[in-house]
Amino acid sequence: MSELRFTEDHEWLRTEADGSVTVGITAFAQNALGDVVFVQLPELQAYEKGAEAATVESVKAASGVYMPLDGDVLEVNPALQDAPELVNEDPLGEGWFFRFQPSDAAAVGKLLDQDAYDRLIKAQAEA
Amino acid sequence: MTTEHLSKTPLHALHLELGARMVPFAGYDMPVQYPLGVMKEHQHTREQAGLFDVSHMGQIRLTGANATKALETLVPVDIIDLPVGMQRYAMFTNESGGILDDLMVANLGNDELFLVVNAACKDQDLAHLQKHIGDQCTITALFEERALLALQGPAAVTVLTRLAPDVAKMTFMQFNRVSLLGVDCFVSRSGYTGEDGFEISVPAAEAEKLARALLAEPEVQAIGLGARDSLRLEAGLCLYGHDMNTETTPIEASLLWAISKPRRADGARAGGFPGAEQIFAQQQNGVARKRVGLLPRERTPVREGAEIVNEAGETIGSVCSGGFGPTLGGPLAMGYLDTAYVALDTPVWAIVRGKKVQMLVSKMPFVPQRYYRG
Repeated sequence: MSELRFTEDHEWLRTEADGSVTVGITAFAQNALGDVVFVQLPELQAYEKGAEAATVESVKAASGVYMPLDGDVLEVNPALQDAPELVNEDPLGEGWFFRFQPSDAAAVGKLLDQDAYDRLIKAQAEA
Repeated sequence: MTTEHLSKTPLHALHLELGARMVPFAGYDMPVQYPLGVMKEHQHTREQAGLFDVSHMGQIRLTGANATKALETLVPVDIIDLPVGMQRYAMFTNESGGILDDLMVANLGNDELFLVVNAACKDQDLAHLQKHIGDQCTITALFEERALLALQGPAAVTVLTRLAPDVAKMTFMQFNRVSLLGVDCFVSRSGYTGEDGFEISVPAAEAEKLARALLAEPEVQAIGLGARDSLRLEAGLCLYGHDMNTETTPIEASLLWAISKPRRADGARAGGFPGAEQIFAQQQNGVARKRVGLLPRERTPVREGAEIVNEAGETIGSVCSGGFGPTLGGPLAMGYLDTAYVALDTPVWAIVRGKKVQMLVSKMPFVPQRYYRG
């Protein structure tokens, strides 16, 4: 399993052996959202970076999940349909959202690494 | 985000100590949830007992021989025959029949009435009372003086009985002076969750002591505003500013039940409150739109403000409150609909993120109320 990369919108990305990238939201994000009750997952199609690919509904509010890079969505996590609480229980594992093929594979490596992301959430927590 | 301009309830420090996530609400820094989380807080309240800080709400005392008669000129509710030791739901109406606020009115006896109004409306309610009936009774705002706690859930009576055995004899909407931990409190057997429970008005200085004592009981958890909202929504109860406002009348808000029989058009003391003619005309001739319950047929929560359309795609209303019901196990909503569509089980569609989500007009409450009626 390769190391994780992160976006400033609190998504994590993991490059798989076949070059595709799995996306989910971070532990920090699920904690801020509260209990997740529904996830609207993306269609299997191309999305541009920054497009709202998915929506997470918590008991409190709806929040967008944005496409971290240009790419084609290949697969969505079918388990979230009946068990959206997986996003809270295992955000980095069984609570994954979707897998996509990035248009530029090298772009993933330019996102935040674990240290940079930890600094970001520390700064946000103190803000 | 600065929170310096926000008011604090007497339990503010306790909320922080309990690890609450605080949010601005009606000018107060309030706990939206504790570490337990909204879902579990909701379920805990339905299964055992939850303690809510509702001290942001406004408590007002009216005193004087004419207080009941005076208050009747502002609400479509029977106050004159409200028995001593009973509480009643009411609303302030304006000259067009719109709702200025909803409130609880209790008769303390000895020409004394006790009102609980919404936090966001309390200053204007006080001004409204002073303007219209200030010369007929003494109006005392207890905003800083008293805190308000709600203990809700099936175990609430067991818990409160440990502090005051007599509260077990109270039935739904009864109101009493009760000594708790040696402190004089006003206790009503009511609340806003659909469960059995109590609301406790306590002097501000003693509120934390009482809250800590209640939280020390094994059945009790602190519950935030998040679960308060999902609980009241499941119970089909209106939230002022969302499900009713100055633009909606009690008839449109489906609150005809709250207009007391003696104050209706054919009653012994018909009318005599602001907007009576408009409200009676609506009762007789019908209204163009009404508040109804709505059950989405997908798992997508449908939120406040969502447009509602018919099969042809024409706008027929909008959602006023919506979310997820942890006890119901699915999404639920209330909305205002063109009256052609308000029959039970009528299919309508909400527009959520550009997509149509089918909903059925549903009866309320969504989850059965479990008030203790003796």
